[in-house]
Amino acid sequence: MIKFEEIKKSLFVSLWFMFLTFPIMVIHVNPIDKIVNWRWDNLLFVGCGSFILSFFWRYFINRKKSGLRQSSPVISPLSNIMARLRNDPKLFRTLIAVLAFIAVAFPFTFSTYQVTIMTTVLLYIMLGLGLNIVVGLAGLLDLGYVAFYAVGAYSYALLNYHFGLSFWIALPVGAILGAFFGILLGFPVLRLRGDYLAIVTLGFGEIIRLILENWNDFSFGPSGISNISRPSLFGIEFSLKSSSIFLYFIIIILVLLTIFVVNRLQHSRIGRAWVALREDEIACQAMGIDKVKTKLAAFALGATWAGMAGVIFAAKTTFINPASFTFHESALILSIVVLGGMGSIPGVILGALILILMPEYLRAFSDYRMLLFGAIMVLMMVFRPQGIISDVRRTYELDNKGASG
Amino acid sequence: MEYFVQLFLGGLTRGSIYALIALGYTMVYGIVELINFAHGEIYMIGAFTALIIASVLGLYGFSEISIIILASIIAIIYSSAYGYTVEKIAYKPLRHAPRLSPLISAIGMSIFLQNYVLLAQTSDFLPFPSLIPEFEFMNPYSHIFSSAELVIFCTTAVAMTLLTIIIKFTKVGIAMRATAQDRTMAMLSGVNVNKIISTTFVIGSSLAAVGGLLIASHIGQINFYIGFIVGIKAFTAAVLGGIGSIPGAVLGGFILGWTESFATGYISSDYEDVFAFALLVLILIFRPAGIMGKSRVQKV
Amino acid sequence: MNKILETINLTMDFGGLRAIDGLDLHVNEGEIVALIGPNGAGKTTFFNCITGISPPTKGEIFLTTRRKDRDKIDGLKPNYITKKGMARTFQNIRLFPNMTALENIMVGQHCRTSSRLIGAIFRNAFTVNEEKLVVENSFHILNRFGLGPYTNEYAKNLPYGAQKRLEIARAMATRPFLLLLDEPAAGLNNRETAELNVMIKSIRDEDKVSILLIEHDMKLVMSISDRIVVLNYGRKIADASPEDIKSDPAVITAYLGEEFVA
Repeated sequence: MIKFEEIKKSLFVSLWFMFLTFPIMVIHVNPIDKIVNWRWDNLLFVGCGSFILSFFWRYFINRKKSGLRQSSPVISPLSNIMARLRNDPKLFRTLIAVLAFIAVAFPFTFSTYQVTIMTTVLLYIMLGLGLNIVVGLAGLLDLGYVAFYAVGAYSYALLNYHFGLSFWIALPVGAILGAFFGILLGFPVLRLRGDYLAIVTLGFGEIIRLILENWNDFSFGPSGISNISRPSLFGIEFSLKSSSIFLYFIIIILVLLTIFVVNRLQHSRIGRAWVALREDEIACQAMGIDKVKTKLAAFALGATWAGMAGVIFAAKTTFINPASFTFHESALILSIVVLGGMGSIPGVILGALILILMPEYLRAFSDYRMLLFGAIMVLMMVFRPQGIISDVRRTYELDNKGASG
Repeated sequence: MEYFVQLFLGGLTRGSIYALIALGYTMVYGIVELINFAHGEIYMIGAFTALIIASVLGLYGFSEISIIILASIIAIIYSSAYGYTVEKIAYKPLRHAPRLSPLISAIGMSIFLQNYVLLAQTSDFLPFPSLIPEFEFMNPYSHIFSSAELVIFCTTAVAMTLLTIIIKFTKVGIAMRATAQDRTMAMLSGVNVNKIISTTFVIGSSLAAVGGLLIASHIGQINFYIGFIVGIKAFTAAVLGGIGSIPGAVLGGFILGWTESFATGYISSDYEDVFAFALLVLILIFRPAGIMGKSRVQKV
Repeated sequence: MNKILETINLTMDFGGLRAIDGLDLHVNEGEIVALIGPNGAGKTTFFNCITGISPPTKGEIFLTTRRKDRDKIDGLKPNYITKKGMARTFQNIRLFPNMTALENIMVGQHCRTSSRLIGAIFRNAFTVNEEKLVVENSFHILNRFGLGPYTNEYAKNLPYGAQKRLEIARAMATRPFLLLLDEPAAGLNNRETAELNVMIKSIRDEDKVSILLIEHDMKLVMSISDRIVVLNYGRKIADASPEDIKSDPAVITAYLGEEFVA
């Protein structure tokens, strides 16, 4: 039963938003023809939309507030499934086997186009998991993650262009250069408080992009670098189709490697230090943890992964230019982590699947992509800061030598 | 020498605009300790609103002077309304959340607003009418200091003076300073903290709108993305001066304005934005508290 | 007697305010010392000062470790000071809320372990062995502080009393020789306070850890302390045994006002 009071409130909200969006949503001036286009229908949409949404908003805000008081966290069905998987190794193994089968069969059953999309998804899973180390585990907001991605991509493109270096050599080089830039930027900045880090990394990302755009002698400017070699296998070159399948498998392996590494780190001495740092910096230092060193490790490791992903990106598209490395890219990767669940590996994978596939298959959405990413970040933070699949800490038992789950 | 003076005055103009926008960052930071990433977008929305209103009024045959006044007032009202709403949606529910949450929410809001304007209006650059007339008495000096620059400088000076008076002498200003010092204590002394935070956003946003109007009419074109870069630069100015400090933001704005003006004038204009970001990184490394800021002691 | 903590002329300024004013204070080996004083006397500031969270404006701080090295620690970062063997708890509980109780203890052992990034990825013998020891040790510590039932609970979901104990347990996990407790009894009921009394004594007697605590609960302070130091406006106004403190006119003045001095 909706009370009259509630309706009045929503009506007020709806009026407010109609007022707020009026000039930008309704009026559209064509400066050349000197015609004003009054889009009154938009006003109606905004009015009805905000009226309905305001009910949801209040409902969820109230639910969140009462949830806090009860102190029992609301567990979503997905988290339940995750918990069951964790506790049932047989079910877990079956699932892994099914997933492995699908992953292997995928490129041979679907078209090259589908394979390319899946490769993109996998690439973003890798980037997401890399950023997850920095943001999800260590709690450092890195808004210039794309800069390290660009470092990786350009190091392969330039080394390939000038010296004909192969993908397999460029991959570790890109990773090392990513780490190097990560340390270079992180060392001075990580001493500062968290919000400065956010803005400095944002600035750094822009600097890298602007340099790539303007330093023509070095990076070929906005026109970029084309004809980058695709990866080969022991000197064997592939046709376009098999090459994209080959790349798909390379990324699968690298994603598995990423999951393996992140999973091991997460519950190690250093991983615990990261999480502790995220939770409470001062208490963390009082436990004898070196704040700067620990942050630097997370930051550099995240950058390493971005560097690697950059090399793959260059090999995948065979053409790169600075336009691929704008702030929007950083925002996309961040939304993947935020939507999926900060600190949670399955969460990041799910986040990448949703955010990359949705605009791809629902063409109608693709225009609204960025709008959606922005909205996701705000709404997730307000209503479900732990993401779709929240990170669950490992449980320990004494008798079976320490670890389980 | 003349070139130097020209750059100096150009830097002063730029700097005063950065200062206007930096004030919004600094005030919000002083009170809620949050970088309001969406502040640049508020400024962009101010400029867009002014452009839309001015075009509509122009088509309906309003006189030039009434267009300027009406468009400016409406732009300021709208920017304030947006600032107020953004705070209510993206920050207020997160007041007791871990530090990372409002930051992510803020960056999300910034992206959302950019794309909202992009989708509802256009991605193209739009010509922005020059709101500022050419003054005759400025003619002999126009090659080094234009009328527009004079107006920008004067408007900034007036806005700053008003702000200083509000903060120093009015009841709201005193409550604001009290909230910045110790929110709990202010609340216990009967200050309505929610209202003060809203007021801060509103004041900051209206200053951003003034900045937006001035810069848009000075440069002559706008698009949905102008808030982002200027936002970072204004933030740089705020940090440069010492975040949380109002005179600091003004000083920081001028220093950044001159740095950019001289660096682009004497070195290269391709890297205009790089200079600002590099300055930001350097400041944070060598003097994170800024020029006029005091390093805050964290409460344990 | 062996002074394991000694501050000489310690001074701390915040802007124009002198929070600690030329404080000379020491803790002997095996002692339980209580630091008391009215609100705002500078007690917590003193803790923050000696643990490196806010380094002193002036003065020197010395720690004498179990190996009898006398180290000057002022100006060192907090993590180095913890590593030397001084651990602390906080006035407002500062646990790692989204980590389990066991993990909180595991983090406490960070500075006594050394496996690194590479070791964690490849899980070499050293890392596996160390991890096993850390887990076993953590279980041991949890049980010792009566926190066994909460092992895999998130710290934020623990009841208040258990959170307080977990904070002490976590500090003990860093293997200190001197433990600083900031108002350990605040918010506890009578039974819990009595348990705390026993716990603090056992930490001193069984673990051979000296204790410096800030506390407002006078019953606890009087029954537990070997010595009491009274601060007022950042200055030491008394330093004596509990019996002598009770009748000290300076202390009574500071707490109750001049008219109460007998």
